[in-house]
Amino acid sequence: MYRYDEFDRKFVNERVAEFRGQVARRMSGELSEEEFRPLRLMNGLYLQLHAYMLRVAIPYGTFSAEQMRKLAQIARTYDRGYGHFTTRQNIQFNWPKLEDVPNLLAELADVEMHAIQTSGNCIRNVTADPYAGAIVDEVDDSRIWAEIVRQWSTLHPEFTFLGRKFKIAVSASDYDRAVVRFHDIGLFIKKNDAGETGFEVWIGGGLGRTPMIGKISNEFVPAEDLLSYLEAVLRVYNMNGRRDNKYKARIKILVHETGLDELRAQIDAEWAAIKDSALKVPEYEIERIRVYFAPPPFETLNAVDRGFETKKFENPEFSRWVNGNVVAHKQVGYAIVNISLKTDDLPPGDITADQMDNLADLAENYSFDEIRATHEQNLVFAHVKQSELFELWRELGEIGLAMPNIGKVTDMIVCPGLDYCGLANTRSIPVAQRISKRYADLDQQFDLGELKLKISGCINACGHHHVGHIGLLGVDRRGEEFYQITLGGSGAEDAAIGSIIGPAFSSSDIVDAVEELINFYVEIRNQGERFLDTYRRVGAAPFKSRLYPEKLDAAA
Amino acid sequence: MPLLKGRNIVEDAWTLLADNLELPEAGFVIVSLDRFIRDRDLLVACSGPIGVRLSSAQSPELIADALEVFSLIELEFPAFTDGRPYSYAQLLHRLGFAGEIRAVGNVLRDQYLNLKRCGFDALEIKEGETAEEWCIATGAFSAPYQVAYDTEKPIMSLREKRLAAAS
Repeated sequence: MYRYDEFDRKFVNERVAEFRGQVARRMSGELSEEEFRPLRLMNGLYLQLHAYMLRVAIPYGTFSAEQMRKLAQIARTYDRGYGHFTTRQNIQFNWPKLEDVPNLLAELADVEMHAIQTSGNCIRNVTADPYAGAIVDEVDDSRIWAEIVRQWSTLHPEFTFLGRKFKIAVSASDYDRAVVRFHDIGLFIKKNDAGETGFEVWIGGGLGRTPMIGKISNEFVPAEDLLSYLEAVLRVYNMNGRRDNKYKARIKILVHETGLDELRAQIDAEWAAIKDSALKVPEYEIERIRVYFAPPPFETLNAVDRGFETKKFENPEFSRWVNGNVVAHKQVGYAIVNISLKTDDLPPGDITADQMDNLADLAENYSFDEIRATHEQNLVFAHVKQSELFELWRELGEIGLAMPNIGKVTDMIVCPGLDYCGLANTRSIPVAQRISKRYADLDQQFDLGELKLKISGCINACGHHHVGHIGLLGVDRRGEEFYQITLGGSGAEDAAIGSIIGPAFSSSDIVDAVEELINFYVEIRNQGERFLDTYRRVGAAPFKSRLYPEKLDAAA
Repeated sequence: MPLLKGRNIVEDAWTLLADNLELPEAGFVIVSLDRFIRDRDLLVACSGPIGVRLSSAQSPELIADALEVFSLIELEFPAFTDGRPYSYAQLLHRLGFAGEIRAVGNVLRDQYLNLKRCGFDALEIKEGETAEEWCIATGAFSAPYQVAYDTEKPIMSLREKRLAAAS
């Protein structure tokens, strides 16, 4: 993984010092809260319902055991012993005191971490495929390019006060494991016929109040021109994006209102003017960064490990975990292991400081000292020997992290909701916990297969409900929590935005309603069909009449 | 208002001309875009130097065919969170504008580095503020990560230099 050189280290330390000064000016009253707000947000510091919250960047979701241990220590010292993984490969800590934040950041800097641009109207933490470097279907390691974008976008003088936040994701595969099409800019790494690397660029995707799937603005931007192209897009957006209404300020609205062809022409004109400049990414820098992402020293192993096969045969629980959470690796004899943070004990994405420390040890022992965070609020050990899967599973079980529910109905993306968030209308976590209880039976979960359920506590859609196969959106009805159901969304390569199925359900009825939909799917599904496939085959109407039978009676 | 140029507070020879006032022959006045559009011929004919102030909703594209008329372009920040003028400054340089680019309006001193990096030459500050306060921001980082309008060497090229020195 990437390691700081003296330049990176100095930069991050200087950023800590700068922020320390800003905090001091706020504490002395020299800066008003209004003036301090954008400064603290640019450094990931939110003022939430009850206290401050700090969001720490995990660039493209890759981090080390040492960094995980530091996060554990921060959770103990500044939070109440927990961390919360987000949908953008970041981790959040609640309850830090303002005066402690500079020291907290200095501690992060010690392990090459920061909170730069994890919030604010700037280019946010760059995300990537959590299987990068391990999955067979990638054409390159997306983290190399994500790191190049990270450096270019860090404290970019021109793009620090954009109309709205700006999110970039990178993937190198036809399978979309990073919701790339729902980013302000989504980059798919491609190879052209000559074998050269380039980027298929998607612009204007996003969730929030106005969900939109991105559109292709350029089918192949040569690798060396990546930064000039990004700069052209950002400049056109910064100058022309709406500033009159923050809900219409994302680039997706500019794409929608300007039209893709016209906007593309503007971007291309700007790009042509700046392409042949110092923005070209030099080959030595690409190679310098590539070296950090070289494959770890894999052993030469057999494709089939007898011990592993035997354990699977002997131990059905282990076998189920392998089926649910383990993915084939491009290196023979290795595997990619997903670690679910959707357990019975904690809110989705949450982890205790002790679990963090334990995972750090396990990462060192089993996965070349590397951990990944996913947008689905889980973790990944990317490089585990098949022959060691059983031991790893056993040890994960000891710390309560062997839940085999990846991609299943209880593997929900859930926003913090009204339990923490100042924007939320309703709580999300309790609904998720009730759904988890309802579907606690793992046999049933496996029978249902892949079912992506996502919950947002308000229209800002941090819980990605628009792209849930089943999405729940919390709405406030005269002080009461209601939940609106959307069906048919997908954040993957078959990207789609879900449609609202009908009137919202009260908090006490919502879990029954979800169960009714799932029961209906089970009754009508064809062999091997996922919930999403069945929904797409039969359409919304049958699900609707099942969910709202009284409407049908009234119509008859 | 005091004018900050580089690291110094300097005398400001310019005045902002209200749209209803007559154009002085000696120039050194800053007009609005509306005035320029209305009195373009008159302004072009003026023997003294002319400046224009653009609001953050007015792109320099609007005066792209008249840049040589102006010795000064002021870009206005209605709020420090409105970042459009950063791109306008970059665009002006790209369009070949050779005069002075000034920031006016609501800017935080933490943004001075960004302004300089995007090619602003000067900035209006408030009475009583000192150049030293404003220049704290410009000294915050030894080297930036990315190229901008300024001549700062980005970290990437420092690495290249180190690489060359090592080989």
